[in-house]
Amino acid sequence: MIDAKQVLHVARLSRLELEPGEVEQMATELSSILGHIEQISKLDLDGVEPTMHVVPIDGGLRDDEPEPSLPIEVALSQAPKANAEGFIVPSPQA
Amino acid sequence: MSAADYEVTIGLEIHVQLATRTKMFCGCETSFGDDPNTHTCPRCLGLPGSLPLPNAKAVHFGLMMGLALGSKIAPRSIFHRKNYFYPDLPKGYQISQFDEPLCDGGELGGVRLNRVHLEEDAAKLNHAGGTGRIQGSDASVVDFNRGGTPLAEIVTEPDITSAEQASEWLRLLRVTIRQLGVSDVNMEEGSLRCDANISIRPKGQAELGTKTELKNMNSFRFIERGIKAEVARQVAIVDGGGQVTGETLHFDPRTEAITSMRSKEEAHDYRYFPEPDLVPVVITPDMIEAAKAELPELPLQREDRFIALGVEPGAARTLSWRPELGDLFEAELATDGSQPKALAALITNELLKRIGDGEVTDSKAAPGSLAQLVALTAAGTVSSSGARTVLDTLFASGGDPAAIVEAEGLTAMGGGDELTPIIQAALDANPDVAEKLRTGDMKPIGVIVGFVMKETKGRADGKEVTKVTRQLLGL
Amino acid sequence: MSDLTSIIREQSATEQIAAIKSGALDARELFEAYRSRAAADTFNAFTWVADEAPAALPAADTPLAGLPVAVKDLFSTEGVPTQAGSKLLEGYRPPYTSTAVAKLEAAGASMHGKTNQDEFAMGSSNENSAFGPCQNPWDPERIPGGSSGGSAAAVAAGHAPWALGTDTGGSIRQPAAMCGLVGLKPTYGAVSRYGMIAFASSLDQAGPITRTVADAALMLEHLHGADSRDMTSVGLREPIAVPSRESLEGLVIGVPAELTGEGVEEGVAAAFQVALAEAEALGASLETIHLPHAEAALSAYYVLAPAEASSNLSRFDGVRYGNRVEDADGTLLGMYTRTRHDGFGPEVKRRIMLGTYALSAGYYDAYYGTAQRVRTKIAGDFTEAFKKVDVIATPTSPTVAWKLGEKSSDPLAMYLSDICTIPMSLAGIPGISIPCGTSQGMPVGLQLAAPAFGENLLLGVAHALERTLGFDTGGAIR
Ligand SMILES: [Mg+2]
Ligand SMILES: [Zn+2]
Repeated sequence: MIDAKQVLHVARLSRLELEPGEVEQMATELSSILGHIEQISKLDLDGVEPTMHVVPIDGGLRDDEPEPSLPIEVALSQAPKANAEGFIVPSPQA
Repeated sequence: MSAADYEVTIGLEIHVQLATRTKMFCGCETSFGDDPNTHTCPRCLGLPGSLPLPNAKAVHFGLMMGLALGSKIAPRSIFHRKNYFYPDLPKGYQISQFDEPLCDGGELGGVRLNRVHLEEDAAKLNHAGGTGRIQGSDASVVDFNRGGTPLAEIVTEPDITSAEQASEWLRLLRVTIRQLGVSDVNMEEGSLRCDANISIRPKGQAELGTKTELKNMNSFRFIERGIKAEVARQVAIVDGGGQVTGETLHFDPRTEAITSMRSKEEAHDYRYFPEPDLVPVVITPDMIEAAKAELPELPLQREDRFIALGVEPGAARTLSWRPELGDLFEAELATDGSQPKALAALITNELLKRIGDGEVTDSKAAPGSLAQLVALTAAGTVSSSGARTVLDTLFASGGDPAAIVEAEGLTAMGGGDELTPIIQAALDANPDVAEKLRTGDMKPIGVIVGFVMKETKGRADGKEVTKVTRQLLGL
Repeated sequence: MSDLTSIIREQSATEQIAAIKSGALDARELFEAYRSRAAADTFNAFTWVADEAPAALPAADTPLAGLPVAVKDLFSTEGVPTQAGSKLLEGYRPPYTSTAVAKLEAAGASMHGKTNQDEFAMGSSNENSAFGPCQNPWDPERIPGGSSGGSAAAVAAGHAPWALGTDTGGSIRQPAAMCGLVGLKPTYGAVSRYGMIAFASSLDQAGPITRTVADAALMLEHLHGADSRDMTSVGLREPIAVPSRESLEGLVIGVPAELTGEGVEEGVAAAFQVALAEAEALGASLETIHLPHAEAALSAYYVLAPAEASSNLSRFDGVRYGNRVEDADGTLLGMYTRTRHDGFGPEVKRRIMLGTYALSAGYYDAYYGTAQRVRTKIAGDFTEAFKKVDVIATPTSPTVAWKLGEKSSDPLAMYLSDICTIPMSLAGIPGISIPCGTSQGMPVGLQLAAPAFGENLLLGVAHALERTLGFDTGGAIR
């Protein structure tokens, strides 16, 4: 169903690091779950519309009115690394 | 083969920041140049549990753009999530429109549009460079002020065939959007950003070549130069028997170097799916009416109207693509509408020369004085070269054109009677010229005209000088 | 047994509020009693307990009179740890409060603790918590259910008069059933999701876990409402009445063949039959119905929920909040992958992987697109069923609470335990679980479901049954 190579690709997309032992285990577990999920592909769903929200919801829009922003010290307060210039991250170019 | 043996195909993707007061999905004010991270909230920081709230004004602006560009407005459009990781993207996905955009198709200035859709801008990632090294590598700093600013993304069909056409068309797009009042469209400040998809193919070949994407060129000059450089690069590759690789490229305007931005392994899989925190945007007839009601006259419409008045096409384009010139033209025309063509020429040639890189407001000419000057010229009161002298004064210090003509002794000279002795003197002073003219070779006539102009301080009319000269020489 | 302990043991939240209002009970003393019980909790039901009562407790004339409430740690609470059962969020204190909690507080409730849960609400046993598993007060060797396991355990143990939970595929109803309590998942959109950390946005709903149906109604009345901060919230169409129904005369109860047969534990099936017999005795008639896509619902759910979750959890990247782990080279990619490797537990990783796979190029139509169509079919199954019946009844869970560790190594077996609650989640309709007896000495839940916005009907029927079933919801309070 899903092999180690696919697992590594999906892990990369998800920004998840898997240790060598975890790759095989993940492949086995995901294959078993996907094997069960497969059954939905056997249903006849021709002409059936996909449903995003079952309960009808009117699409509202927000007026373009400013609301107070967070004080900068609050905005930065939960950051693992920050200075006055903002949130510090390793450079994507490094 | 040479560059001339290839056809160039260009499609543009333009991101325009919309001039709303608040961001696309939260109530933080949009800003430029403020202290970093002073315009953030749980929504635009992507805090756990926060939810997006779409801005009605952004939708309204999107509708205005779609209507102005002749798009089909979707009665129901959907926001999707475009998933990828980057520090400037707080939620790990960008809320954007995918297969059901707000505006479908359209056309502007002969270039077809694929779509216009709404999305949110990324934050600003500042590269800290040498200031701080974190565990051996340079750090970057994220400022979320810009994050979440509403964007309209305009995607063209690949209808553009040269770098010059691309930058010319982009100018038209910019002035059109500016006229709509939905964006500042300022490339330097990043409220207008352009990516180009570029491919070449041997002339006559039906299928398109492999395209590359040239990212974020931040001025009209760079766009033209960037596209030219990329076309040259592709021609060199194909001429050398190679194949163009489909990749994302960066153009460095200082070195003209083109470099690859991402390696191929990073091929993106954005995993688009409908944003479950939002419901479809439903566009009612009232919303469309409201957007229509706010549509101003667009540059191309204005251009056509000016041409219909008799304005030369080139001047009409200048006047309509630089709305402040067009506005001046119309204001002057309102005081005296008798000479639209000459007035347009005066503004787009002489006045524009004096403005240079400055603003229309640099001119001190009082309202109506340009139209008066044109009228004085048309009546023969002042010669065209005299008129330029008057304009110098009007531009620098204002005043009444007729009074300036009078005061500076610029009244046009009459016909032959007044001119004959001066022209005779000119012919006498330049016998070799006179001889040539007598044989019918009119090339050196400029010498005579120049002599007369000098003598009359420009009050003579050049055409009249030529006419009298011919009479005197019996031609 | 002190006076207060016996009050805690004997009285529902509604009764305690009435006692405060009448002056018979002091709100501050009651708060302190619950607070100290929560602080001494041995079931690992809490991840945070208030140090003391707030300086100004809401007045007795507010609707909820200052009564304490335990809040699942999935709800953002300003300045108070909000960790969602995740190591990645350990120590995170949000700068804002979720609408659901703010509404309860505005009505006079006072939060005395945050409760343990499966990490990001992913799980059915509360074993997937970075803060350790939670125990079932009815039998500490057993799980309390999940993902709102801490909320259910706290109420069952008498460490909270009631609690706020969340339900994506059964996470209120199933732990309520396993802890002998009432758990209500409202119609999707009834309660604002603003500030509630998202698991699967199109399914998540907040709701009460309580001792009585009247308590659930009371909390829901103060929870629901369209919220301008959540575009998908619509509120309920009518106020929630105090349930008073005693007779089920004229009511037709549908019993879906697909959810009541094979796979249901014998003792659970027996208790369910007793409940149905009681309903008949109250005047209801029973009708066997079919939900042909009920089994496919589980599969569709395990596509939709992980897909949305994989995207919802992308924001946990170590940049703006939460714990960051960097790799030795200090690269951005390394920071992302180490942070998420160390920060997320195995079940969360599994679902992120599953969801990312289901949305990835080439698989979207086969998985996500198909699952969205199955959802349409399931909603249609319920629409058809509700043409014939007023409410639908099933066991809430096919089994009673299992032993800690019993299903930990088999994710699929764990997923299958949600078979009875997931169809209602996909259809967006309200479901309630009430205790209806015991099996192996553990509580069994009866699930009732009604059409969308049918909360008053649902609560009325549940109230009538609760009276005759007479389950002692304080049975585990010591
Ligand atoms: Mg875009
Ligand atoms: Zn904001």
